[in-house]
Amino acid sequence: MITTYLFYFLSFLAIMFALMVVLSKNPVHSVLYLVLTFFTIAGHYVLLNAQFLAVVHVIVYAGAIMVLFLFVIMLMNLNKETEPHKSPWLKFSAAIASGLMLIVLVGSLKGAETIIATNPFNANIGLIENLGQCLFNDFLLPFEVSSILLLVAMVGAVMLGKKSIK
Amino acid sequence: MSAIQVIPINWYLLLSTVLFTIGVLGVLFRRNAIIIFMSIELMLNAVNLLLVAFSSYLSDSKGQVFVFFIMAVAAAEVAVGLAILMMVYRNTKSTDINILNKLKW
Repeated sequence: MITTYLFYFLSFLAIMFALMVVLSKNPVHSVLYLVLTFFTIAGHYVLLNAQFLAVVHVIVYAGAIMVLFLFVIMLMNLNKETEPHKSPWLKFSAAIASGLMLIVLVGSLKGAETIIATNPFNANIGLIENLGQCLFNDFLLPFEVSSILLLVAMVGAVMLGKKSIK
Repeated sequence: MSAIQVIPINWYLLLSTVLFTIGVLGVLFRRNAIIIFMSIELMLNAVNLLLVAFSSYLSDSKGQVFVFFIMAVAAAEVAVGLAILMMVYRNTKSTDINILNKLKW
């Protein structure tokens, strides 16, 4: 019973904070609401028995990516409401377009058949031992490729951040 | 008691659909490039949440491994994207995406 209430509470908070990310005028407030959204999503991961993923999510998103966002916003001195506003007509059409997309997605997912779990229920799949077994047995090559991707991204970010490219 | 046994998967489908749509709304609604980036992060997280939900319901850890890869790709994307934004800001003194309209067409 308490799980159901927790699910409703976390979902409500996640949707509210996500809306605040989009709607708040100040970019710093947007980043802070995004951090709160990520915390609620980490709560959902805990509810779904993905404890290790919840921890990694908090570390990577709230710890690394959000610091990067905040750092860039502070560096650009954007912490005030400087954004030029779109015309009301464009805002209206954006809201209509995304609302229609929501209706189409919900409508198409409503007719989806319920999935039947083939594996027996296992509450331990989110623990680090099972995830490591899966990651380093079945997904060893993608793991190595993603390390190359991170290296390339690092080199690219450093190169783009340089003052002038000779 | 975990959420898998009491909450049907459809609720998670609905929740991630709503979060994804809010991300789309942010991309369409705002002109500040940084907030558009945040909306893209929101969309990635909606997909991650759905992957974790399916992986838990099917008791298959492959879905959670995929979430790891998505996180790695998102980190790389944010690093490079923010570096590009810094360069745009240095050249135009603004993060308004309408300045970049020469990339249209």
